[in-house]
Amino acid sequence: MTEKYVGKRVKRTEDPRLIRGLAHYVDDISLPNTLHVAFVRSYYAHAKINSIDTSAALAAPGVVAVYTGKDVADKVGPVPCAGALPDLKVPDHRVLAKDKVYFVGHPVVAIVAKNRYAAQDGVDLVVVDYEELPVVTDVEAAAAGGPVIHDGFSDNIAYRLTSGEGDIDAAFAAADRTVKQRVLHRRLAPIAMEPRGVLARYFPGEEELTIWSSTQIPHLMRTQVALMIGIPENKLRVITPEVGGGFGSKLNVYSEEALLGWISMQLGKPVKWIETRRENIQATIHGRGQVGDVEVAFKNDGTLLGLRYSVFADMGAYHQLLTPAIPTLTGLMLSGAYKIPAIQMNITACFTNKMATDAYRGAGRPEATYIVERALDLVAADLGVDPAEVRRKNFPAADEFPFHTATGLDYDSGDYEAALNKAQHIVDYAALRKEQKKARDEGRLIGIGVSTYVEICALGPSQAMPAGGWESATVRIEPTGKVTVLTGASPHGQGQETSFAQIAADELGVNINDVTVIHGDTGVVQYGIGTFGSRATAVGGTAVYVAIQKLKEKAHKIATHMLQADASRVSFEGGKYSREAAVAASATGTSEPVVPVGEAPAGALPEPQTEGKSSLTIQDIALAAHLAKELPPDTEPGLSATYFFEPKNFTFPFGTHICVVEIDRDTGDIKFLRYVAVDDCGKVINPLLVDGQVHGGIVQSIGQAMYEEVVYDEQGQLITGTLMDYAVPRASHVPNFELDRTETPSPVNPLGVKGVGEAGTIGATPAIVGAIVDALAPFGVKHLDMPIKPENVWRIISHG
Amino acid sequence: MKKAINLNVNGVSHTDEVEPRMLLVHYLRDVLDLTGTHVGCETSLCGACTVMLDGQAVKSCTVFAVQADGATVTTIEGLAKNGELHPVQEGFWEKHGLQCGYCTPGMIVTAAQLLDRNPDPSREEICHGLEGNLCRCTGYQHIIEAVQYAAKKAGQR
Repeated sequence: MTEKYVGKRVKRTEDPRLIRGLAHYVDDISLPNTLHVAFVRSYYAHAKINSIDTSAALAAPGVVAVYTGKDVADKVGPVPCAGALPDLKVPDHRVLAKDKVYFVGHPVVAIVAKNRYAAQDGVDLVVVDYEELPVVTDVEAAAAGGPVIHDGFSDNIAYRLTSGEGDIDAAFAAADRTVKQRVLHRRLAPIAMEPRGVLARYFPGEEELTIWSSTQIPHLMRTQVALMIGIPENKLRVITPEVGGGFGSKLNVYSEEALLGWISMQLGKPVKWIETRRENIQATIHGRGQVGDVEVAFKNDGTLLGLRYSVFADMGAYHQLLTPAIPTLTGLMLSGAYKIPAIQMNITACFTNKMATDAYRGAGRPEATYIVERALDLVAADLGVDPAEVRRKNFPAADEFPFHTATGLDYDSGDYEAALNKAQHIVDYAALRKEQKKARDEGRLIGIGVSTYVEICALGPSQAMPAGGWESATVRIEPTGKVTVLTGASPHGQGQETSFAQIAADELGVNINDVTVIHGDTGVVQYGIGTFGSRATAVGGTAVYVAIQKLKEKAHKIATHMLQADASRVSFEGGKYSREAAVAASATGTSEPVVPVGEAPAGALPEPQTEGKSSLTIQDIALAAHLAKELPPDTEPGLSATYFFEPKNFTFPFGTHICVVEIDRDTGDIKFLRYVAVDDCGKVINPLLVDGQVHGGIVQSIGQAMYEEVVYDEQGQLITGTLMDYAVPRASHVPNFELDRTETPSPVNPLGVKGVGEAGTIGATPAIVGAIVDALAPFGVKHLDMPIKPENVWRIISHG
Repeated sequence: MKKAINLNVNGVSHTDEVEPRMLLVHYLRDVLDLTGTHVGCETSLCGACTVMLDGQAVKSCTVFAVQADGATVTTIEGLAKNGELHPVQEGFWEKHGLQCGYCTPGMIVTAAQLLDRNPDPSREEICHGLEGNLCRCTGYQHIIEAVQYAAKKAGQR
């Protein structure tokens, strides 16, 4: 039988270059005579710029040019915001501050010098005369009035929005009981290990600009940067070489990307800027940043009737690409995995003197899951029942899908109880609860947290997306039989070079080593959307799959012609087209390339040996299609197909996470005893990669739940400006994960996949916080805000 | 004023004149074009820049190139011998110990030294040994398994 790759733990094809240090991230690319850029950034959160003296910087050795906000104000257009909401206020976001600075890290002056050290010297020599202005840091205070940040606006409210379906007032009126809780979602820094970076090279003769950028969205960035700097889009090429993680932080169009392109055009030389970690925490988007009140109406038997979430969302000083859209994603997912007849979300989105918030792994959905799951724990506590049982009671059954929610969505498929049952079985839930009781009697603090999450992935139908929600693929078989896949879903660690090659190899019946997946170069790859929102496989992988079916239709036609058979009697299996009688005998393995490397006759392509054959490999057909001597009438030469896949719906992965912790009474230290995750991401292309996504996602949740928080003080100073202060989880902070899966295929795409990139980040925080709160239940604790640190815990234990 | 330095990097001797303030990581990357060693922070916290300096794993973002004068340096590019991957490199590939790959060179160099010192480490010892290296993608579990794989593999040799 043909070797199949899909569903197997295939080792990544990307890895050999990465583990040997031979891969190329932006900063690893050197061009001759490259100039380096460094930025003077504001150290005030809000101030008027009275004057800027750049004379000493310009005179410094190695400094070539200096640009201020005034220099570029009418040359480079504003940083784009794609959020479209009624009455949305959009501040004029220039690439360099002109008259005022609005947050710590706001770029003020760009210094261009012969090397990175000289550029930094130049930064130190610029004198900016600032006049401090009143600072707005608290999002609720921003909504309440006080100083207005942006001139021309009457207040700091970016927008207000109410969403949801069902009669929420009637739900609360009819309720036997209600619970209410204030919930904080602190700001988080995405901390991709590779900071952002841009290299721009203008070719004055060709009038072409190439920008290498560490981005998740090369094509969207090309469109936006072309508009910002006024170069025709077909003269701008964006290349994303190796990208060292993104987590949403590189799903954006940043000042530096446009400015570097423009500077290169001015100077006619390559220019490079590599973000420092300090800049990364200051001026790359933050995630989360919500404070809200959740209220739940329910019956005495635990049946949920209604949920209301009223939230203040912290936009920061400006909108980046999707800033205002993120809280609306929270609103979409407020039904969680439950039947809730009435749901209402009230958003008050405000400007503050801080960096913009935007998409960070999960992007609004972790907030929703956290709110709903914490609320379910409060309902369980209020009723004195097990938190797992309250959840079970309110699940839609497996036969109720597609399931319509009061947030306006139709969940594609699911069996929530199956995932809960499996997780409970793995952890031996009943025994665990007994053990917990016994431990409590002995004075030990053990807690169990349960999260039965659902997420919205495979973003998404274009109707719901500001710049299109489809994805593209081109698949072609070269004359020598090698398969090239071009995907618009440019990855940054997800492993699409492997997973898409698995799909292609299986569908074409070729060896995976004959498939190369190319991405992240707008000069080579057809327009695409990018990798974010757990969409790459479900949307981009499907585009690959459908493109291959198109390619095979053509190959089949050629095969029929070459085999001189009736179309209906030619079948494809194991990489071969065969006349029917020959199928069983020929389907013995993957097909081999027609022309082994080094054996091709010099100067000419070999003639395919088809005479008298009863079967032809798809690679034979590729060669024939390129030689074009033996094609059926009216058939285009070549063997290539492109497909743009538009999904009809989102997908809705789900699962159950169960976390068990023990708290040290003397120190407040929180130790993981178990962590079981049963995730259902639909069909799995590569279990190894799925496990990796789940692990990484959960650990980012551990960071959010226990360590991470971007802190600004009352003056808007960034207190957590380096990795000394912003705590990212380390190896010793994580438990040994026990992973399992259920598999409910998605009907939305032919692969049946749902997406898994954000599952861990969405599903895990409530399980972790639930476990810690449960451990502290003997002290009357019902809720704690993240990050929960040993000191908080110790104070509760010590002082009640 | 530039200063002459001489280093042996991955078995090759190099003599260059560098500014005294040039960091070792920039010397390796910008002068020798050994770009496998990465920079992920400027506070010695992330470990992406880890190299071996006279057999000790150090963070090359906090060593001046002039301090390394006369030293022997091994970078990620020098770990594989005669085209054969180091057991730790093999472990990272086998166990999916990397996703974006940016922390990977530093992580592998650190793990290699960990196994030099302790050929049969416990899970706890591996985690402790990797304390100075941050990974944001993998959640560490596959990295830990990669090091365990390498320990086992090296033990069989």
